[in-house]
Amino acid sequence: MTTTDVRPGTKDTSARLPGAWGLGLRRGGLELRQFFRQRDQVVFTFAFPVVFLFLFASIFSNDVKGAGITASQLYVPAMMAAGIMSTSFQSLGISIAIERDEKVLRRLRGTPMPPAAYFFGKIWLVLVTGALETAVLLTVGTTLYDVDLPSSPGKWADFGWIFVLGLTACALLGIAISSVPKSGKSATSVVVLPFLVLQFISGVYIAIDTIPDWMLNIGALFPLKWMCQGLRGVFLPDSAKVLEQAGDWEFGRIALVLGAWCVGGLLLCLLTFRWKNRRDG
Amino acid sequence: MTTHAERLAVDVRGLRKQYGDVTAVDGIDLGIRQGEVFGLLGPNGAGKSTTVEILQGNRRRDAGEVSVLGSDPATATRAWRSRVGIVWQDESAPAELTVGETVRHFSRYYPNPRDPEEVIGLVGLEAKAGSRIKSLSGGQRRRLDVALGVIGGPELLLLDEPTTGFDPAARRRFWELIRKLADEGTTILLTTHYLEEAEALADRLAVVARGRVVAEGEPAALRERFGSEATVEWTEADGSPRSERTDTPTRTVAELTRRFDGEIPGLRVSRPTLEDVYLRLTGLEDAR
Repeated sequence: MTTTDVRPGTKDTSARLPGAWGLGLRRGGLELRQFFRQRDQVVFTFAFPVVFLFLFASIFSNDVKGAGITASQLYVPAMMAAGIMSTSFQSLGISIAIERDEKVLRRLRGTPMPPAAYFFGKIWLVLVTGALETAVLLTVGTTLYDVDLPSSPGKWADFGWIFVLGLTACALLGIAISSVPKSGKSATSVVVLPFLVLQFISGVYIAIDTIPDWMLNIGALFPLKWMCQGLRGVFLPDSAKVLEQAGDWEFGRIALVLGAWCVGGLLLCLLTFRWKNRRDG
Repeated sequence: MTTHAERLAVDVRGLRKQYGDVTAVDGIDLGIRQGEVFGLLGPNGAGKSTTVEILQGNRRRDAGEVSVLGSDPATATRAWRSRVGIVWQDESAPAELTVGETVRHFSRYYPNPRDPEEVIGLVGLEAKAGSRIKSLSGGQRRRLDVALGVIGGPELLLLDEPTTGFDPAARRRFWELIRKLADEGTTILLTTHYLEEAEALADRLAVVARGRVVAEGEPAALRERFGSEATVEWTEADGSPRSERTDTPTRTVAELTRRFDGEIPGLRVSRPTLEDVYLRLTGLEDAR
């Protein structure tokens, strides 16, 4: 097994294989190009949370008793959290299942591309689309619904890490759930149902003080509840703390839960990721 | 004839693969030399694709020894993958990207890629380099698949039924492309269920039926070995057609020449085509 060079002299065997990080950047660029070339997908992805924010924040606009805020203000951070999850969890969960079904993944697996480059590319994609989505929602929130931009560098920093940790955790969960649907066709239903349920029990559509505790406790097992809570802490006045389960924003705990989901999500991806469909063996 | 085992580009012994109760590959042996075009010929479901997928490192085998470019594909490294080009049976490329973007991007995965523009020219897609992949015809997509298969400058190219669904003209053009690659020294393994394709392209071929190699050799030698009997046809003076199967057609024709004292009406001497051989081989196998 010593002679592996079948065509000696015709190849520069000293050339190194390209690295995962650099290829990941290139893949990220490619993913973004593909994403933005599908106009209907772009419009739909970005419009969805905006439409929901508009509906909820316009329908429920009363003052929230004793919290010094309006219901509309509550919906702005909630929809931002949901927007982050939809651009990461939902879009990756569905698109990777389709790519697997259409054998795009299998083809990549047949090249010397390091698998990590594929995941880096997806992370770049959701970082850019997630940031755009968040910026759009923030613009709507500040212009229409009396939400102020973070007042101090500290709050901006909180906003930053909640965004990055939340997005990463949801992206990894999206990659993991993409292995669940048997085909690309069933991916949408498989991914959307848990996302919808989580939005109801994590305080996105319905204020947390009206959700039964046992439901909230289930929601608290997943990242979305903590992303909502963290973003409320960033964008709402401290007087609104009274609405929280713990009466506080609990930033430390949020960081812990989201960080744990990043690690756990990564493990889940590594253990369950499939390059081929189940029926392809 | 037989080169040292390590100099074989592909060396397969006793390969087996089962799906549940179905035995797809039932003890296949293959030896493919460097620089050769090897055809794996057989009907649908004969085990061709399973074999190729195992050689690609994309399917696990149940038993047997497999060496591709000196390594076991089941433990394929990135370096090994960079030396093997794959053209899949049912391929899909990113529809929203252009041909040029895709080929250039794939070239980045390899340590020693070929020049993307040159490869686009090689497969005859220069005019389509700026077009989105979704706008390509089926034949053009197949050409792109080949471009992506060879962009890394592979020593071995594995093609699984590359021309299925092609019209005859597209198939001829595709053959030209394969010959060009073979002339460059690339070792090529090609599966097909088209006999004329195997005959036109392959230096050697193996006929596979029911997961086994039922015959192996050069196309002409196969025909020779399995069908030396020729058929002599002519028309009798009363206009009735006659035919005779014989191992010595020259003698038959000489006798007829004497009998007719000159021209033999409606004379036709034919050797069995590879198709006749193929049908016999796979038919025999079916009758077992």
